[in-house]
Amino acid sequence: MEPFYEEHEDETSLELPAEPMKLNMGPSHPAMHGTIRMVLELDGETVRDVDIQPGYLHRGFEKSCERGTWAQVFPYADRLNYVSPMLNNVGFSLAVEKLCEIKVPDRCTYYRVILGELARISDHLTCNGATAMELGAFTPFLWIIKVRDWVWDLLEQETGARMTHSFGRIGGMAAPPTPHFKEATLAIFPEIDRAMLETEKLLLHNRIFLDRTQGIGKLTAERAIAMGCTGVVLRSTGVDYDVRKTNPYMHYDQFDFDVPVGHDGDNYDRFMCRFEELRQSMKIIKQAFDKMPNTGSVTSDDVRFVLPDKQEVYHTIEGTIAHFKLVMEGLKPPPGEVYSFTEGGNGELGFYIVSDGSGTPYRVRVRPPCWYNLRTCREMLIGDMIADIIPTFGSINMIGGECDR
Amino acid sequence: MGAVNLADVMDGSFFTTRFEDLIAWSRRWSLFQYPFVTACCGMEFMSLNGPRYDGLARFGAEAPRFSPRQADLLWVVGTIVQKQGPALKRIYEQMMEPKYVVAFGTCASCGGFYDNYATIPGIDKVIPVDVYVPGCPPRPEAVLDGLMLLQEKIQTGDRGPRIVPPKELPRLTQLKKKTSTVLLALEEQKRLEAEKERASALLAAQHHDDDELVER
Amino acid sequence: MSKKVLDRLASAFGDRILEATSFRGDDQAVVAPKDWKEIAAFLRDDASCAMDHFLDLTAADYPERDGPRFDVLLFLRSTKLNYRVRLKTRVGDGDSLASLMSVWPGADWGEREIYDMFGVKFEGHPDMRRILLYDEFDGFPLRKDYPIEKTQPLVAYRNVEGIDKLPPFGPDEGQPFSRIDWNARLEGKDLPVSPAISVQVGKRKALSQGSEDVEPVSEE
Repeated sequence: MEPFYEEHEDETSLELPAEPMKLNMGPSHPAMHGTIRMVLELDGETVRDVDIQPGYLHRGFEKSCERGTWAQVFPYADRLNYVSPMLNNVGFSLAVEKLCEIKVPDRCTYYRVILGELARISDHLTCNGATAMELGAFTPFLWIIKVRDWVWDLLEQETGARMTHSFGRIGGMAAPPTPHFKEATLAIFPEIDRAMLETEKLLLHNRIFLDRTQGIGKLTAERAIAMGCTGVVLRSTGVDYDVRKTNPYMHYDQFDFDVPVGHDGDNYDRFMCRFEELRQSMKIIKQAFDKMPNTGSVTSDDVRFVLPDKQEVYHTIEGTIAHFKLVMEGLKPPPGEVYSFTEGGNGELGFYIVSDGSGTPYRVRVRPPCWYNLRTCREMLIGDMIADIIPTFGSINMIGGECDR
Repeated sequence: MGAVNLADVMDGSFFTTRFEDLIAWSRRWSLFQYPFVTACCGMEFMSLNGPRYDGLARFGAEAPRFSPRQADLLWVVGTIVQKQGPALKRIYEQMMEPKYVVAFGTCASCGGFYDNYATIPGIDKVIPVDVYVPGCPPRPEAVLDGLMLLQEKIQTGDRGPRIVPPKELPRLTQLKKKTSTVLLALEEQKRLEAEKERASALLAAQHHDDDELVER
Repeated sequence: MSKKVLDRLASAFGDRILEATSFRGDDQAVVAPKDWKEIAAFLRDDASCAMDHFLDLTAADYPERDGPRFDVLLFLRSTKLNYRVRLKTRVGDGDSLASLMSVWPGADWGEREIYDMFGVKFEGHPDMRRILLYDEFDGFPLRKDYPIEKTQPLVAYRNVEGIDKLPPFGPDEGQPFSRIDWNARLEGKDLPVSPAISVQVGKRKALSQGSEDVEPVSEE
C-alpha cells in the first residue's frame, strides 16, 4: 500500500487488498436456526459466495426406519418437519396406503385434512413470526406464539400432545375426533385472523421491514424450477404449483380454495404468500368440517393392516393373533416401491418407500422440500449483504429436522 | 438462618455467608441464557418464551446472549448430533465460570430414540450438565420446573446433576395414599350415610318438638 | 397416469429403456448407467415430455441381488404438462455415474447426499464431498452392511464416573435393537426372525467397558 503523502490523481490508483474475506456463520447461530453453517465469502458486507453446510441435525431418520416396523416410523416422521407434524404423519400414511391399496373411510380423510391444515397453520405462523422477530419486530412474534399455543391446545385435545403427536396410523388415525372439536376450532379462527391482521398492520407499512424484505432474496421462476424448489419458495416466483391442486389427494378437489402466488420471488412475496395460505387453510378447514361425517370409524377395517378392536383382541383368538402379528412382526405391505407426495408445509413432501414384503421397511426416503429450497438459498444470497441473510434464510422456512433428516 | 453465633460474627464468616447467599440469590435471578437450539424442542422453547408461559422473563432469565462470553446458562435444546459436538464443546469452553447447563429434552439428556450412528447419546458425554429436563418435547411447565430446580441448585451451591421428576396429578397421589378406589368409595358411602342419619335424627327431633307444642 | 412419457421414451430409445413399469400409478423407466445423462436430458428437452421440474435424486441399496448393488432414482415432473416419471438406473459398488448438474442444477445436493450415504460417486460434479455427515466419518451409513449403532464420535466422550452409554433397554426387554442383522444375513447366516424377539439378540456393552459393537449371541 502506498504511503499517504504521495500525490495521487484519484484514489482508484491505490492498491488496496481485495481478497474476499471468509466468514463463518456457524452452526450455533440464532439466525441459522441452530443447524446450518454458512461459510461466507465477503467483499466488504456483500456476499460473493456462500457455502451452505447442512447436516448439523442429521439424525439418521432413513436408517432408523429400517430397524423397526412400518408403524414405528410415525414418531420419526413426526420429527421431520416438526412445526407441522401432522402433515408428515399423513404423508407417510398415504404412502403406505398407496402401496397396500387400503381405502380409508371418509371421516378419516376429512379428519386428516383438518389436522393437516391446522399443522400448516401452525407452520406458517411460526415461520412468519420468527422472520418478524429476527428482523427486530418482537411483538408480532409474541402475538403469533399466543395464537399458535391455541392451535396447539386444539391439537393436544385431539391427539394428546402439543407438538409431536404420532397420531397417524396406517389405515386411519389413532382415535376419532373429540365431540367439541368443531366448535373449539372455529372459535379460535377469529383470533388467528386478528393476530394476523395486527401483525400486518404493524409490519406492512414499516419502512424497515419493507426495505429488508422487498427486493431481497430474489429468485427467478426458471431457476427455482431447475433447482427443484417447491412450496412457497416456488409459488412466490409466480409458478402456481400446489400439489393439492395439481394432483389432488384426500378430497382436496372438492374444496374451494385459492393458491396464493407471488411475482418477484423475494422475501416479501414469501412472507405474504404464507399469510395468504394460512387464510386459505382456515377456509379449507371450515369446508372440511361441513363435509365430515359425524359418525363412523376413523380407521379402515382391513384386518391385514389395521389393529383389531380391543374387544376382539381380548375375546377372540383371531383378534389376539392378528394383534400380535401386527405389533410384533409389523404389517406387511406387498413388495414394491411407491412414491407418494403431498403438500407439506414447505412444499412437496414425498415419501418413496420400498417394501420387501416383510414387516420392516426396506427403504424409506423422504423427499425433503426444504433441502432443495436451502440449496437455492445460495443463489438468493449472492449479491446481497450479510444483514440480508437473516430475512432470506428465515423466509425459506428451513426446518432442520426435515432438511437433514 | 437460625441463631447467630457470637464467634461467627466476631471472625466475619457470618458476613461472608450472607454475602455468598446474596451473590447466589442475584445469580439465580439474573441468568443470561445462551439458547443452543437445534430441533423440535426449539418450538417448545419458543412457546416457553411466549406470552402464555412467559417462562424465562418471570425468572429473570429472559435476556438471550448469543455470545458465550456473555452468557452463564447454556440451554441445550434439541438433538445434538456428532457433527455438532465440537461446536457445543467449544461454546461451553468459551463460557466463563460460573456456568450452568440445562439439557432441554430427551435428545439432549440421553439421545432420545435416535440411538444411531449420527447422534450424541446425551450431551453429558461432551459437557457436564446441571439439570436434565426429560420430555419429547417437554411441556413448558416441565422446563419451568427444571429452571426452578436449577435456581435451587444455584442457591445452595450444589453442582451435581439433577433430573426434573414427572409431576403427578393430585387425584393420583390421593388415590395412591388410600389402598384402592373401592375402599375410597366405601368410606365415602359410610360418611354419607352417617350424615343422613344425623340429618334425619335432627328432623325427627324437630317434629317431636313441634308435635309437643301442638299437643300443648 | 404419465404413460405418454414412457411411450415417448420407448419410441425414442427403444431397447435402451430396459424396463418400463407402472405400479400403483407410478411410472418408472429403468435405463443403463451409460445412458443416464442422455435420457435425463432428453426428458427435459423433448417438447412432449418437458420435464423441467427436478424433484428428487435418491438411491437404495440391494446388496443381496445379483447384479449392481445400488438403485439410483431420479424423480421428475413437468410443470406444463403435469407428468411425473421416475428414472432408475443400477450402479455397482465402486462405479460412478454421470452427474446431472448440467441438466438440472438442483441435482447438486442430491448427488452429494447419495455419495455421503451410499458411496456412489458422480462424475462431473464440481464439489463431491460429504454433506450430511462430517468429513472424518468413515463408511457409508445407508448401506445395509453399515451397522446402525456404530458411532464415530468427533468429540471424545467424557470420562466421568457413572456416565455410561448403557443399552436403552436390557438385551431381552423392550424393542430389540434391530430387527435384521444385515451383516449376518449377508454372510448367509440369516437367523430366522422370531416374532417375539428378532434376530439380533445382542449384548450391548457399556461404553466404559470397551467397544460398542454388538456381539450377536449364537442362537440354537
